[in-house]
Amino acid sequence: MLIRRADPIESGEITSFDLFLRRREFLRGTGWAIAGAALAPTLACGAEGETAPPAPAAGVDANPLRADDEPTAFEDATRYNNFYEFGTDKSDPKRYARKLRTRPWSVAITGEVAKPGTIDLDDLLRPHTAEERIYRLRCVEAWSMVIPWLGIPLGEIIKRFEPTSGARYVAFKTLLDPEQMPGQRTGVLDWPYVEGLRIDEAMHPLTILATGMYGRELPNQNGAPLRLVVPWKYGFKSIKSIVEIRLIANEPPTSWNLRAPREYGFFANVNPDVDHPRWSQKRERRIGELRKRPTLPFNGYADQVAGLYAGIDLRKYF
Amino acid sequence: MVMSPARRTRALQILTLAGGALPAASLIVSARTYGLGANPVEQVTHITGDWALRFLLLSLAVTPLRRLFGWSWIAPLRRTLGLIAFGYACGHYLIYLGLEHFFDWQLIVEDVLERRYVTAGFAAFLCLVPLAATSTRGMIRRLGRRWVSLHRLVYPAALLAVIHFLWLVKSDLREPMLYAAVLSLLLGLRLWFRVLGARARKPIPDAAKSV
Repeated sequence: MLIRRADPIESGEITSFDLFLRRREFLRGTGWAIAGAALAPTLACGAEGETAPPAPAAGVDANPLRADDEPTAFEDATRYNNFYEFGTDKSDPKRYARKLRTRPWSVAITGEVAKPGTIDLDDLLRPHTAEERIYRLRCVEAWSMVIPWLGIPLGEIIKRFEPTSGARYVAFKTLLDPEQMPGQRTGVLDWPYVEGLRIDEAMHPLTILATGMYGRELPNQNGAPLRLVVPWKYGFKSIKSIVEIRLIANEPPTSWNLRAPREYGFFANVNPDVDHPRWSQKRERRIGELRKRPTLPFNGYADQVAGLYAGIDLRKYF
Repeated sequence: MVMSPARRTRALQILTLAGGALPAASLIVSARTYGLGANPVEQVTHITGDWALRFLLLSLAVTPLRRLFGWSWIAPLRRTLGLIAFGYACGHYLIYLGLEHFFDWQLIVEDVLERRYVTAGFAAFLCLVPLAATSTRGMIRRLGRRWVSLHRLVYPAALLAVIHFLWLVKSDLREPMLYAAVLSLLLGLRLWFRVLGARARKPIPDAAKSV
C-alpha cells in the first residue's frame, strides 16, 4: 500500500547520491578503488591493497547506501529492540507494541519553515518513493545489526516545507500516549522521547525517514509508522514513531542526554575511541554472530560523514 | 515413618540443590528447544548473574528466618544456598571470560580495572571464592573461630553484587533497586538482632548508676 518499492538503481537522483557519497574517492584519484568497488567487494579489497598501500582505506562498502554486510535475520531485528515506550526489556517492544495504532497518523512540521503545518502521514509520503537502504545499526550498548530499510531521505521531505535561514537544527518528537505506550507510565525517561540533529546532518543523503524494512511495512516495535535512521550515530538517535519535526535555531534537548549527560552526547557519533563511561565502545557483537567485531569510526560511514565534523574535538563533542 | 534429624537435613539439602539446579536446567532446555533469543550470550550472562544474586540473598535470609520464626531446621541450608549461588557466579564469570572476551587477558584486565561495574562484580566474585573453598566440614573445624570471621565476607560480596547490577543498567533502576531493598532488609534485621542481643546482655546504664 504505502510502500512503493522502486529499484534504486533506476532513479537518476540516487545515482547522483552515489557519486556524491563517493566524491572522496574521486578526489583521491584512486581509480582502481572505484573500478574495484563497482565490480565486486572482493575485487575492491584486492585492488585497494595493491595500488595505494599508504593511502587511507577506501569506503567500507562498495556502495554506502547498501552495506556489504549480511542483513540481520528479520526475526532477530523484530524481537530484540530498545523502545522504552513499551518497556525496558529487549523483548517488551514486540510483546506490547501491537497495541499501537499507526493510522491515522499525522506529523507536525513546524518552526523555521515557510510552510509549517500538520500533515497526514500518507499525504506526507505521497510525493516520494521509498528507497531501500541497507545500513549498519550500532547500538550504544555495543551490539549491532544490519537492516534493509525502506525510506525517504529526510532532506527531501524537509525541503518541501521550505526551511528558512534560521533553521540550524531539527528537533524530533515521539508520540506521547501512555494508553498505547505502557512504558510511558514509568519514569525511566522523560516522555515524550525527543531527539535532534544539526541541519547538515539532517540534510545528509544518508539520513532517512524509514517507513518500512525487509521489503514490508515497518513493524510497530521498530518504530512504526515513521522513524529516523541515521546510520553513523548510535541507535538512540534514530527516534521512533515520530509525530513532530521542528526546525529551530538552537540545539534541542535530547532524551538520553537529559537522562545522563556524561554518558550520552548530542552528537552520539559511533566512535570506537570514545568509550561510554561505563563500558568500551571499541568492539561490538553483531546480532547473529558469536565473536565480537571491531567498531568502525562513524559506524563505517566515515568517508561520507567525517567531513561534517572537521575541526571538532570528537572527544569533547561525543 | 520418622526421619532422624541428620537424615531430614540431608533430604532438605538435596531438595534445595535440586531447586537450585532448576534455573540451569531450564536454561539448557530452552537453549536446545527454541533458542536463547537474538543475543544468546547476553541472555545467558543475565540469567546466571540474576540467579547468583538471588541465591546469595536467599543464603543471607536463612539466619534472620531462623531467628524470627525459630526455624532451626533451616540453618544447614545456608551452606547449600551459598554454594548454589557460587555455582551460578562461576558460570556468570566463565561466560564473561570466554564469550565476552574470548580469554583475551589483556582486555579482561583492562575491563576489570577501568569499568567500575566490572570491578564491583569481579570483587564480589573474589569474595565468594574463599567462602566456597572453606565450606567443607573439615575446614570449618580447622579454622574454628576464624571461619566465622572469614565468612563475614558474604556481606561485602552481596553488597558488591548489588552495586554491580546498579552500575550496569542504563536507566531502569527498578530491578537492581529491588535487590538493594531485599539486601537492606536482611542486613537491617541482623543489626536489629545485634541491638537486641546487646540490650539483653548489658545492664541498663542508668540503672547501674543508681545502684
